[in-house]
Amino acid sequence: MTSLPQPAKGATKLGLVIDLDTCVGCHACAVNCKEWNASGHSAPMTDQDPYGSKPDGVWFNRVHSYEAGTGTQSRTVNFPRSCLHCETPACVTVCPTGASYKRAEDGIVLVNADACIGCKLCSWACPYGAREYDSDAGVMKKCTLCIDRIYNQTLPEHERTPACVSTCPASARHFGDLGDPDSAVSRLVAERGGFDLMPEMGYAPTNKYLPPRPRTELSPPPLPRPAETGAEGVAGRLLAWVDRALSR
Amino acid sequence: MPIAAGGRLTLGGVSRHRPGMSETHSSPPPAPGQEKINLSPETGDRMATTTCYMCACRCGIRVHLKDGRIRYIEGNRDHPVNKGVLCAKGSAGIMNHYSPARLSKPLLRVGERGSGDYKEIEWEEALAVATGWLGQVRGTDPRKLAFFTGRDQSQSFTGWWASAFGTPNFAAHGGFCSVNMAAGGLYSIGGSFWEFGEADWEHAKYFLMLGVAEDHDSNPIKAGLAKLKARGAKYVAVNPVKTGYAAVADEWLGIRPGTDGLFILALVHVLLEAERVDLDFLVRYTNATHLVIRNPGGADDGLFARDAAGKVLAWDRDQNAAVDAATPGTRQAFMGVVTLEDGRRAVPVFELLAGRYLQPEYAPESVAERCGVPAATIRRIAAEIADVAFNQPVTLDQPWTDTAGRRHETMVGRPVAIHAMRGISAHSNGFHTCRAIHMLQMLLGAVDTPGSWRYKSPYPRPIPPGPPPAGKTVAPGQPIAGMALGFPRGPEDLMVAADGTPLRLDKAFSWEAPLGLHGMMHTVLANAHAGDPYKIDVLFMYMANMAWNSSMNPGEATRMMTEKDPATGEYRIPHIIYSDAFFSETVAFADLILPDTTYLERWDCISLLDRPIGSAHGPADAIRQPILAPDRDVRPFQDVLIELGTRLKLPGFVAADGSRVYADYKEYIWKHERKPGTGPLAGFRGADGAGDGVGAPNPGQLDAYVANGCFWRYDLPHEQGYFKHANKAYLENAVRLGMVGTADQIVLQLYSEPLAKFRLAAQGHGPVQPPDRLRARTARFADPLPIWYPPFEEEMEGAAAYPLHAVTQRPAAMYHSWHSQNAWLRQIHGQNSLFIHRATAEGLGLADDDWAWVISRNGRARVQVRLMEGVNPGTVWTWNAIGKRSGAWNLADDAAESRVGFLLNHVLSEFLPPDDTGKRLNADPMTGQAAWYDARVRIEKAAPDEASETVPYPAALRRPKGMAAAPSILRYNASKAPTP
Repeated sequence: MTSLPQPAKGATKLGLVIDLDTCVGCHACAVNCKEWNASGHSAPMTDQDPYGSKPDGVWFNRVHSYEAGTGTQSRTVNFPRSCLHCETPACVTVCPTGASYKRAEDGIVLVNADACIGCKLCSWACPYGAREYDSDAGVMKKCTLCIDRIYNQTLPEHERTPACVSTCPASARHFGDLGDPDSAVSRLVAERGGFDLMPEMGYAPTNKYLPPRPRTELSPPPLPRPAETGAEGVAGRLLAWVDRALSR
Repeated sequence: MPIAAGGRLTLGGVSRHRPGMSETHSSPPPAPGQEKINLSPETGDRMATTTCYMCACRCGIRVHLKDGRIRYIEGNRDHPVNKGVLCAKGSAGIMNHYSPARLSKPLLRVGERGSGDYKEIEWEEALAVATGWLGQVRGTDPRKLAFFTGRDQSQSFTGWWASAFGTPNFAAHGGFCSVNMAAGGLYSIGGSFWEFGEADWEHAKYFLMLGVAEDHDSNPIKAGLAKLKARGAKYVAVNPVKTGYAAVADEWLGIRPGTDGLFILALVHVLLEAERVDLDFLVRYTNATHLVIRNPGGADDGLFARDAAGKVLAWDRDQNAAVDAATPGTRQAFMGVVTLEDGRRAVPVFELLAGRYLQPEYAPESVAERCGVPAATIRRIAAEIADVAFNQPVTLDQPWTDTAGRRHETMVGRPVAIHAMRGISAHSNGFHTCRAIHMLQMLLGAVDTPGSWRYKSPYPRPIPPGPPPAGKTVAPGQPIAGMALGFPRGPEDLMVAADGTPLRLDKAFSWEAPLGLHGMMHTVLANAHAGDPYKIDVLFMYMANMAWNSSMNPGEATRMMTEKDPATGEYRIPHIIYSDAFFSETVAFADLILPDTTYLERWDCISLLDRPIGSAHGPADAIRQPILAPDRDVRPFQDVLIELGTRLKLPGFVAADGSRVYADYKEYIWKHERKPGTGPLAGFRGADGAGDGVGAPNPGQLDAYVANGCFWRYDLPHEQGYFKHANKAYLENAVRLGMVGTADQIVLQLYSEPLAKFRLAAQGHGPVQPPDRLRARTARFADPLPIWYPPFEEEMEGAAAYPLHAVTQRPAAMYHSWHSQNAWLRQIHGQNSLFIHRATAEGLGLADDDWAWVISRNGRARVQVRLMEGVNPGTVWTWNAIGKRSGAWNLADDAAESRVGFLLNHVLSEFLPPDDTGKRLNADPMTGQAAWYDARVRIEKAAPDEASETVPYPAALRRPKGMAAAPSILRYNASKAPTP
């Protein structure tokens, strides 16, 4: 068992806020994540059988498109899924070697590849399916929240965000400190009713999802029909324009 | 929990099973957090900007390299197209570049076509072979070269090469993509959607998107939708399928394919009925008041009334006389038959328009069943549009001056924006549907006004925008008189012989497709094979996968490429030269293969002369620069064309003294002048590099582009931002920048006089006459006002046997996937299913993953099905171009793309069964646009013993000699030196 850092009030909790209102399921985040991390902290993102009949690679971020509901009530939901950097992650506490750990300073959950023995207990413990086993390297991998970007002094400050956030064409992904109630992401969560994924599991995910906004519905006055305007039929309607002449 | 439960349908996505649990451990846990992390690694040791080519959007990218390998590709924040974001395809560029399917050396066929028997040859031999074949053709009959370039982004160059060669048989892929959209727009408003215009994302309050999957203009649309939704604008998606963009719409209308035009005309009907049209906009900016001659049976019937100077007339109600319609300040009549001075009678366009669309056949109640959209919904949508347009105008505090010299203190617009794309255009009624959409925009005053749809520079352009097609006269060793593709103004501009016979191999600009502006690549193989209208000798293609997903019927396409003439024993299409960077399906059927580079190994230009990347904010263009040197014996295709042009001594490629003009494409890009001062790139012109738009060639131009992030943009002053068709300052600036020839107002065309001219010809008037078999058809479809008619397949005999529509969509992660063999993207979309509405499928006894036959009048394919709710019940669909032919792209022979994935193309055909008009194209009758989405099918459950793999499942292609086997594991990591 691996222990978690002592929860501290006001501690930094870095994470993502994902907007299900504008996510169109384009996979931009998934591929840019894969691209950055292929040569990043947990490199490589090994792909087994990449050109064969059963290609199967390591992805820290996967997008699923579902339909929910039936008939006119059905909606298509695009759902990006990655590590939620939980406050009380069972994937850490279940780790027999300390390889899985949660950073005290920002709450990011990481795997120390040198200590990982590939037992996969963490992937069984994670209810979100966020862990990715690299069978070639024999170690578990996962979203690092782009730890090699977000503090990266070689990048201009505005680029110090996870790759998935910086690349999202629909601005559906936001990054920030969810431990700070005044941060932009915390305010966004408050405004939009951001929610936890499967809160009943008790892992207290840091990442939040924003629900689809209520559909914009308009209630314009109905347009007048010919009978109401007094112009009956096509000829009548045309007559109404005979006296119209507008200045060019 | 709104999400996790109830998910049944996977439209795409990487999924995997949980790993199995291994033995548990009970050793005491070490203290956490011992890991040493380098928080600030250098991204790479070099960064270079260029332009993405993973689809047609042409986003700006920053490519980071480490030890000569690609570390990371990201969006360029400064770039006008993508502003820093990058889609899945762009990010997967690494895997495209390092694909094991890259060709590595020129190949010459030694076995039969399709056999895969090639020998590797040196470039000198390849160039000599090509020059020999091409030189023979040029010296005898240049028409016998058909040069078609697929998804080429250098068409202003390849087209110029074809013109210098002397063949009219040139085009790219637009004829089977979206020429309906381009032609419909350019002949109506001098612009269109996609590269021609965009929604006013900043101000629109209502957004109507028709027939758009996750394709063209993808990153700007995604960014725009996010802005609209954040503002609470209403977004209505009209599409038979609810995925991607449609999934986040406020309202989804699952319309029946091919009925969008009827839906639009019903909206027009309701708006006219309620008089919710912008008469001020119409009188000032459109031809609504222009007088149309009424002389049934006469040679001038349907033409505009003109004065002696050729000015179109309108009726001035103050003078009670016909006046130059452009006269400012005149009060012009919208209705009423008038008698002109010469005694002829004429009527304003608006009367013809209103008289037509007010007819009961366009009432929502008349069209609802056909469209699959309830009448009440159509009426409500019309009321919403009218309310937003007329009760919630957007007023910008921005003075401007119109072309009549009148100053306006504000810019007032109708904040209803419309965008449409292939779902509209890929039908046999697509041209008129596009025209109908633009008519709706004009009636609302929603063309380049605040909150509506806006022109992207260099549009608007005059209507029609440019010179007619060239190449009626062809002579050995001579160029043709202009560019092969152009804009006919009437029958006199058609590419037909005196007897009506098409002059182009593809029959574009003939009576079969008078407005075939983008050519008709989809007819080339069949016509070349049949020698109709004449035999050719060399078929030269680039970036066009005609042996597979770019042909409507790949089986027929490969048959025609491999069939020999029994009389001579020679192939019916004697020589096929093909250039591609990858081992695509078409490579196996060519005689000479010229291996191209990847997009990261080349110079390119994204030119205003071609398909521009400008925005509503101003013109822009861009370049690609070579970031990596090829590690193979390959050459950029455009360099090869320069070399061939020089060897063939084409005018423009060699000087009068016979010396070469351009060392390579790079030199062409900065040095070439299409006319004095105008070249491929508009930025940094002139000796000092300070010129915008027009200026002398600048040897330092490409350096300036590289220093500027590989693009140039010019931001229009705010007073030039809207009303560009009638904005004096804008049009004068556009002349200065070389975007239009004159600063005259561009009058928007509700009524299209060129179409009236084609119709008159069909009625027997004028010297250029259609063949009799096409008279009635031309008279019907060359209607100067938009019409709707059922897609041709629906009207055919036996249509009842095929009760379902079948369409395809492009997935966001693979759109324009002509080179989509990609280790990462194939994990997202490695196979495709046929999606069927749940109720429809259950009626057929089908459940998820069952195998079924999809059967059309052309053929049958065995496919796996998935059930879904968000699709029109009478429509089945699948993702486009996922299926690959076994063996191609250096994928395993049993890759899912070939074993399970499929092309709907196998049940399509470029042709319809002949009728009394003869051989018929499965295409729009005005533009020749391939009618991909007209397909009608029926579905039958496959027998239990049939289920296993898709049909047809053609034999695996043999990889070219020299192509190494693809790796069985990929550990790509640019941060670590590759193991030797």
